[in-house]
Amino acid sequence: MNLTRRKTLALGGAAALAAMLPKGAAAATSEEWIAEFTGGADMADSGLELTAPEIAENGNTVPIEVSAPGASEILVLATGNPTPGVAKFTFGALAASQYASTRIRLAGTQDVVAIAKLADGTFAKASKTVKVTIGGCGG
Amino acid sequence: MAASALYGASGFGNWARLAAQQSLTQDQLLQFDTFGNVSLIHVTDIHAQLKPIYFREPEVNIGVGGNKGEVPHVTGADFRRLYGIEDGSPSAYALTWNDFSSLAKSYGKVGGLDRVATVINAIRADRPDAILLDGGDTWHGSMTCFKTAGQDMVNVMNALKPDAMTFHWEFTLGSERVNEIVEGLPFAALGQNIFDAEWDEPAELFKPYEFFERGGVKVAVIGQAFPYMPIANPRWMFPEYSFGIRDEHMQEMVDEVRGMGAELVVCLSHNGFDVDKKMAGIVKGIDVILSGHTHDALPEPVLVGETIIVASGSNGKFVSRVDLDVRDGRMMGFRHKLIPIFSDVITPDPEVASLIDEQRAPYAAELEEVIGHTDDLLYRRGNFNGSWDDLICDALLSEREADIAMSPGVRWGPSLLPGDPITREDIWNVTSMTYGEAYRTEMTGEFIKVILEDVADNIFNPDPYYQQGGDMVRIGGMGYRIDITKPQGERISEMTLLKTGEAIDAAKTYVVAGWASVNEGTEGPPIWDVVENHIRRQGTVSLSPNTSVEVVGA
Repeated sequence: MNLTRRKTLALGGAAALAAMLPKGAAAATSEEWIAEFTGGADMADSGLELTAPEIAENGNTVPIEVSAPGASEILVLATGNPTPGVAKFTFGALAASQYASTRIRLAGTQDVVAIAKLADGTFAKASKTVKVTIGGCGG
Repeated sequence: MAASALYGASGFGNWARLAAQQSLTQDQLLQFDTFGNVSLIHVTDIHAQLKPIYFREPEVNIGVGGNKGEVPHVTGADFRRLYGIEDGSPSAYALTWNDFSSLAKSYGKVGGLDRVATVINAIRADRPDAILLDGGDTWHGSMTCFKTAGQDMVNVMNALKPDAMTFHWEFTLGSERVNEIVEGLPFAALGQNIFDAEWDEPAELFKPYEFFERGGVKVAVIGQAFPYMPIANPRWMFPEYSFGIRDEHMQEMVDEVRGMGAELVVCLSHNGFDVDKKMAGIVKGIDVILSGHTHDALPEPVLVGETIIVASGSNGKFVSRVDLDVRDGRMMGFRHKLIPIFSDVITPDPEVASLIDEQRAPYAAELEEVIGHTDDLLYRRGNFNGSWDDLICDALLSEREADIAMSPGVRWGPSLLPGDPITREDIWNVTSMTYGEAYRTEMTGEFIKVILEDVADNIFNPDPYYQQGGDMVRIGGMGYRIDITKPQGERISEMTLLKTGEAIDAAKTYVVAGWASVNEGTEGPPIWDVVENHIRRQGTVSLSPNTSVEVVGA
């Protein structure tokens, strides 16, 4: 990997297409978010990869990545936050890859959940527990 | 081991049998029938111990989840039974805690990098192109290391000529100093999981892996630094760096080196043993994991699939030699020996001995000053408390006039025997760090419980990937009950203020003194001064057994 992201960006490379979700939806629970996104459809457990650290280095800015080949949309939820909605990524027909990364704020140890709407209209779900700890005491 | 296609043997049985002879020689300790075509030499978690020391292994080391009752969570008589070690033998002294004080008098101190040098030289005499790998926690842990910002260790380790190294406590020197040292290292500084925090991509200064052509074999060594550095240690000291286990990236690196023709893939790891075991089951294609961080010393490798995991102890007490037979791009077998460094048996290498003395000379008077004496064995290792920590907590309670004291559950720090003088060097050996301010603050009973629950989950979470290594925070002035099997938030109960016998009130405020806070701007005198003043006042230290922690579910 000789071409780093920092260099790519310096060359004026890619730009992400992400919409931070509106705060007005604050009252909605994770279940309501999921129900609205999927319309209650079943979610497969393959077809979507969610990458997140096991233990957050800093709960205020936790790097996460989602990748779902062929997906048109990916919804990301922080299920333990007062406002679970984090982001919805929309990929147009000309998107070269259905991949996105961002940093999210986590109020405490919780499951981060991602749901993708795949090319065939079905849904996939991935979940990962991210621990937010006060730390200290290394070996 | 039977289920594997690998042929393996461990030289441990040889030195276990020396028990009967009650005599040890350097030749016996080094005896090894050279095997295969590649030799690895592993040292790890030296914690700046240049000189011979005593080091008592833990009495309590509880495994959880799938690791309950599995090595390295086996101690004392169970450990001796597992490996066929006779009571009172040299191996019993080196690997278990029982009768430590009396066995220490028979068998003497362990470690010393001049003795380690002799062992490395002897292995290189057998196999000149053996690969020497340092698992990290090398540039931390003593007064001279602190005062020279790691330079004493760099100078001595360079004389041993390692081929590669990975990292943990090194980063607590601050990223500027780490960068400065690493840029000048005459060997590879590795860490596939050391990332640039801002860009979340591999840090340029640390290579993920290094290739070595040895015995006609293409060997790739992949580094794995301590994954939880910014959590277990102060993030503000190295804000440019991010870590994590990153096992997907580890798999990419393994695939990459295999694609480049690696016939043997070695992971030099500071994950900690249980994390390495889990990683070995997830990442495919690693032949050998040289495991560090959790300070376990195991006389035989542990096999996960076709990966062998080697644990080589701490504080310079052991060197592992691993000979491998690599043919047709495949590891066909291994021969392994955990070599205990009995300081009175192994002749020091004169060059390294004088180099060590050179590093210490400017500080000799400070190091050697006797501050007091101890009537009791002072040790640290164990999941809940050690007598060194009891002494440190007593010092915090009295010198800082606190209700409750907290001391970090670190695993480094040598032992002292009953009757020993306590020198300033001894105090620094168990307290030295770049964020050693002894704070004094107020905490509610509720917050104290939150801290205990948080730390307990970092040790006893059933999933190793959520464990940071280290032991439980040591508490002075307060007792509690812990149920290992419960989830976070429910493990700790019956918190009691010892001086009154009253239950801790969640809403009430208590004065708490502690040290090693990961928060920036922590104020207070250095912990080594606090402990020194306390010991000076005591003259001779005498400790009553600590029965304040009740452990359930182990």
